[in-house]
Amino acid sequence: MSHHKIEVNSLKYQYTDGRQALNGVNFLITHGESVGIVGANGAGKSTLLMHLVGILFPNEGEVNVGDVPVTKKTLPVIRQSVGMVFQNPDDQLFMPTVFDDVAFGPRNYQLPEEEVEKRVHEALDTVGVLHLKSRPPYKLSGGEKRAVAIATVLAMKPDVLVMDEPTAALDPKSRRRLITLLQGFTHTKIITSHDMDMVFELCERTIVLKDGKVSADGPTLEVLSNRELMEDCSLEVPLTLQACPVCGRNNI
Amino acid sequence: MSNITQSLYNIRLLDELGEKKTVIHQIHPLAKVLTTGVYLVVTVSFGRYELSGLIPLLFYPIIVIALAEIPVITMAKRVLLVSPLIIGIGVFNPILNQDPMIVLPWIIISSGWVSFLSLLVKGVLTALAALLLISTTGITKIALALRMMRVPKVFILQFLLTYRYISVLVEEVGRIIRAYSLRSPREKGIRFSNWGSLTGQLLIRTLDRAQRVYYSMRCRGFKGEYNVGREVGIQFRDILYLGGWSVYFLIIRYFNISELIGSLMIGVGK
Repeated sequence: MSHHKIEVNSLKYQYTDGRQALNGVNFLITHGESVGIVGANGAGKSTLLMHLVGILFPNEGEVNVGDVPVTKKTLPVIRQSVGMVFQNPDDQLFMPTVFDDVAFGPRNYQLPEEEVEKRVHEALDTVGVLHLKSRPPYKLSGGEKRAVAIATVLAMKPDVLVMDEPTAALDPKSRRRLITLLQGFTHTKIITSHDMDMVFELCERTIVLKDGKVSADGPTLEVLSNRELMEDCSLEVPLTLQACPVCGRNNI
Repeated sequence: MSNITQSLYNIRLLDELGEKKTVIHQIHPLAKVLTTGVYLVVTVSFGRYELSGLIPLLFYPIIVIALAEIPVITMAKRVLLVSPLIIGIGVFNPILNQDPMIVLPWIIISSGWVSFLSLLVKGVLTALAALLLISTTGITKIALALRMMRVPKVFILQFLLTYRYISVLVEEVGRIIRAYSLRSPREKGIRFSNWGSLTGQLLIRTLDRAQRVYYSMRCRGFKGEYNVGREVGIQFRDILYLGGWSVYFLIIRYFNISELIGSLMIGVGK
């Protein structure tokens, strides 16, 4: 059984205020894939991610992680195998020190303290912020907070990494560092973003959401270079794929 | 607005002080919680006219502040915050109770003043003891100590989350006030007619934020048990710390050391 596979079947979800956020979403993401989920504001990206980790449960349809359906009973297994990095790192960092924050997950799984310490060190080292371990999280810069937020998830050794707008509010250098870091991960990755260039660089496959439905699903280059589709979904062709504004030459 | 943001830093400062590694910080949290408990009970058990008996109790905070390298002014400011409350409670004592109690050649002090002063001293000492406990132990370790004392899990969780929620609340207040003040340049405060909607906003926003924090906790396996890490065993020095202070507090309670020293001095003088 592989926990790395994520299967979403006819997923529908309506918020209590009557808004239909997801209206029949289907896809299958297999082991090691890196998938970008793009769409306009309100297209249902964040709602979809929340279904993958069992924060929300579908009104109709189902989500399977590996062969395990996401239900209240299976949550401990699901959440160990799917790690979610939230859009705002401040929501994820609430302990007095970076160390305690990264240790929060492993400690909840009752791991021995030696193992917890080992995992915290490994996770912080992977994202390159081991030197920050004794600092209080609220004193870190945006890029550092994001790195620590990723470390908090890595310390749980998930098979699948789910990220909600990882490059939002990062300066160009921090953004670049994050992209390089994520390129080095062998996890199955599911990334929602409005940063089309990041999706282009990181993900070999892209799913486009529009009004709670999958509007397109295919190889990133093919999907993101489809100008008509992008405009129809209130998106834009990545700058990398657009013609040079000075000489007019096209990169592709 | 700056006051709000400043108070947020103040809340967090106690947390930061709790991360120091001094002799006092290394004492087991349980020993410190119990010592503080004994101190509080002894302090409040003094009668309202036993002002002189309270004086030796000052040694505890002084020694802890010195050994734990806690900035005195920072602590003093926090203690001042609770003093209006104590003054409010005791302010009528000197007016209502004017029987002369201490008669000196140049001044007569009424029992009302003595009881007011003893209330003030008790208030300051208890507030100081609580603040020192937090700033030498840290909230999470206090929670650990409470758990060792078999306090039900649900209360400890409430305690920890309420403490964390304060900063969420203050941050949101800061943001709302900033947004408000930027668009109302001629106003000094917030107009009364806007209080309702701003408070409503604050409630909804903090609930939303608290919900997101809770989600992220659940995503990392949180099941209602707040794990604070390695449980260090109690060592001899911890027992010594608790025992030493407890004996000292009890001696102060049953013997008025100030008076003994005073009569000794007078005796020597004679």
